[in-house]
Amino acid sequence: MADRTPGARIHDFAEVDSGLTPEEAITEAERCLSCKKPACVQGCPVEIDIPAFLSSVAVGDFLAAARTIRENNLLPAICGRVCPQEVQCEGECILGGKETPVRIGELERFVADYERGQGMAVPEVAGPTWKRVAVVGSGPAGLTAAAELARLGHEVTVYESLHEPGGVLVYGIPEFRLPKEIVRAEIDLLREMGVKILTDQLAGASITVPELLEYDAVFIGTGAGLPYFMGIPGEQLPGVYSANEFLTRVNLMHADRFPEYDTPVRHAARVVVAGGGNVAMDAARVARRLGARVSLVYRRREEDLPARRAEVVRAREEGVEFVLCANPVRVLGDQSVTGVECQRMEMCELDLSGRPEPAPVPGSFFVIDADMFIEAIGQGPNPLLIRKLEGITYGRRGNIEVDDEGRSPLPRVYAAGDVATGAATVILAMGGAKKAARAIDRMLRDTDPEQA
Amino acid sequence: MYRVAESEELADRIFLQWIQAPHVARNARAGQFLIVRIDDHGERVPLTISAVDGDLVRIVFMAVGKTTRQLSTLRRGDSVRDVVGPLGRPSDIRRYGTVAVVGGGAGIASTPIIARAAAEAGNHVIGIIGARNAGLLILEEEMRGICDELHVATDDGSRGRHGFAADVLKDVMARQKIDCAWVIGPAIMMKVTSEATRRAGVRTFVSLNPIMVDGTGMCGSCRVTVGGLTRFACVDGPEFDAHLVNFDLLMQRQRTYPEEERLSLERYQEHTCRCQEGDHRG
Ligand SMILES: Cc1cc2nc3c(=O)[nH]c(=O)nc-3n(C[C@H](O)[C@H](O)[C@H](O)COP(=O)(O)OP(=O)(O)OC[C@H]3O[C@@H](n4cnc5c(N)ncnc54)[C@H](O)[C@@H]3O)c2cc1C
Ligand SMILES: Cc1cc2nc3c(=O)[nH]c(=O)nc-3n(C[C@H](O)[C@H](O)[C@H](O)COP(=O)(O)OP(=O)(O)OC[C@H]3O[C@@H](n4cnc5c(N)ncnc54)[C@H](O)[C@@H]3O)c2cc1C
Ligand code: SF4
Ligand code: SF4
Ligand code: FES
Repeated sequence: MADRTPGARIHDFAEVDSGLTPEEAITEAERCLSCKKPACVQGCPVEIDIPAFLSSVAVGDFLAAARTIRENNLLPAICGRVCPQEVQCEGECILGGKETPVRIGELERFVADYERGQGMAVPEVAGPTWKRVAVVGSGPAGLTAAAELARLGHEVTVYESLHEPGGVLVYGIPEFRLPKEIVRAEIDLLREMGVKILTDQLAGASITVPELLEYDAVFIGTGAGLPYFMGIPGEQLPGVYSANEFLTRVNLMHADRFPEYDTPVRHAARVVVAGGGNVAMDAARVARRLGARVSLVYRRREEDLPARRAEVVRAREEGVEFVLCANPVRVLGDQSVTGVECQRMEMCELDLSGRPEPAPVPGSFFVIDADMFIEAIGQGPNPLLIRKLEGITYGRRGNIEVDDEGRSPLPRVYAAGDVATGAATVILAMGGAKKAARAIDRMLRDTDPEQA
Repeated sequence: MYRVAESEELADRIFLQWIQAPHVARNARAGQFLIVRIDDHGERVPLTISAVDGDLVRIVFMAVGKTTRQLSTLRRGDSVRDVVGPLGRPSDIRRYGTVAVVGGGAGIASTPIIARAAAEAGNHVIGIIGARNAGLLILEEEMRGICDELHVATDDGSRGRHGFAADVLKDVMARQKIDCAWVIGPAIMMKVTSEATRRAGVRTFVSLNPIMVDGTGMCGSCRVTVGGLTRFACVDGPEFDAHLVNFDLLMQRQRTYPEEERLSLERYQEHTCRCQEGDHRG
């Protein structure tokens, strides 16, 4: 890793990892054994031909490597940065047994950055099919579906309710992990492929469900943006935020640069973050950069933290204090947050996922002084649009039920990404969206007598 | 970009603008709102959709802070960067019988569209509008045209009845049976007025105005406590059953950023003063 020092990075939002040099990339790629049956590919949800791209890197042909990656992944600069590689491609790499696995993610990122530096070529687009597809949401799922459908010659219109496309990539994941300029470059490419991206358009309101259904097909990629709250006393106090609100204020609205930007965020001296996933780490690290002392409270053990390992390490390096096996039970304060009361948890018998179930230890209450409390305990699909789709069925987490090609019970309506899986990952959203786009393509060609 | 088609100062610090936003106008209904962002540095501020005409939506707002002041300087032909909407659930308009639509201060902005929808649904509509003084009373003629009867109150008695809109409503309720009421204005006015309708057993809607960011259910900034449950005003509201709303928590959350609001405004005013002195010209 080529991380900037924690001391330097907690004072700005510039990228933490400054990436590999060409020499480092070549040396690292040379470690690959070019396995006949590459295990790494099985760990990649979009099945990038990893040994092929690595062998191009090893000989210094970075653009050839980029072409190989792009056959299967349209957002490599993003995935190279945010994929949980340790449980995906790198987790499967054969070298992982004896030594360390090939740093596939970093190499993917290197190749994508190199390609962008050379000016990206607009992907070829097939001749027009004269079919119109509406894509709702412009997160990784929507962007992937749009790119894939455009490439196959369909006319694609993306509806995005925020003023900037990108979904979690722009409002959630902070600049220091994923520079927004990268997301913008990918989106510009989509526009050049002829995709129409309409911002400020809330599907289900600005455009109604019957209007959406006038398209030949509809792809729903509205994500899982609805934040859950813990439901503990004191939650309504000023100074209590969902991680979504806190991150949106800073990432999308640039509240870190208030008053140059109009949107404010509280300037807190002491912040408590509840949760242990990527979202919690991001919130904690952003709060650090705004100058606060930060405690992250998680109800299970260190090894249970669902966040990416590398981000946990970085959060700790940056001075985030981890309070493990503890759970907030009450927010204290009269007019505003003054502290968070927590309770110790002990690990009892295993739950369904094989992790020990945390249970509160009676009487073990303690208070962490704080003037801000951020809840990052998960989020679910936003019901706004999907509850208006008559004929759709829902899973346990409020997600849309679809088959493995993204087909919903409603004819011509497909979905993928967090709205279908519940909060998951960028690459799973992209993998699902690609399958759905292909299924949409087949459906559109089948229903057209002239092209059958 | 969305063009400002018309801009007018209705009363001291209260402005009316028509903005061209076809995607909002097309499906907007009474009780919904929109979000405006003036420019790339701007905040997303929620404003009620006060009327619709073809491609145009009307907003009526009080210039209280940085964003609303900046908005108030826009003239016909200027434009704003973003308009999102229609947001929130439409008012629950039905044939109730006799309906009172009560507006206080800038909250009067929301009343014509509701009163009109209620009238069209076959209700007998009683309008009640109140402001601090006659100079701040807005949309009176329009409301008079829509409502079957209109009552006016001012805090200082400079026009209509001397007192609050709530007092007028109490009188009306004492005289006749009201089946349903809408009460829209500052949180404290809604709180006090809905206490009166609670005692009279009149079903009442209020339109809540917590601080918002996205307006689509994504951030939870707008959460309010209604009937003991946490609800998001931008998607579950903004209208709620007045008698279940915890107004004290709403008012407390509205005061999350007093320092920042002051700073933002001061900085804006300093900047506009310098502009007027010519710094930014030529
Ligand atoms: C803070 C944070 C950090 C994360 N870190 C990682 C990480 O490191 N690695 C990783 O793999 N994953 C990470 N994730 C998860 C990952 O970002 C998501 O799984 C992924 O973004 C899901 O993509 P999506 O396209 O389904 O939805 P989203 O990215 O949520 O995009 C949905 C889009 O739809 C729009 N939308 C919603 N409703 C409507 C509507 N009715 N009309 C119009 N538009 C609408 C939304 O505004 C949004 O832009 C993180 C998530 C968060 C919140
Ligand atoms: C659904 C809804 C409909 C509204 N309709 C109208 C309307 O028709 N006319 C009107 O004059 N006002 C309306 N408001 C209030 C209006 O949004 C605020 O007055 C405006 O945001 C103030 O911005 P500012 O920068 O000028 O002032 P600021 O200096 O930011 O704040 C001044 C006051 O406005 C409140 N406020 C600040 N930011 C927000 C925000 N993002 N959302 C809500 N309140 C905020 C603050 O609590 C403070 O009391 C509505 C609010 C909501 C939630
Ligand atoms: S897309 Fe993600 S999982 Fe696939 S190779 Fe790249 S980093 Fe690994
Ligand atoms: S499993 Fe590891 S060594 Fe084998 S091809 Fe993949 S990256 Fe190379
Ligand atoms: S304003 Fe963000 S959820 Fe309502």
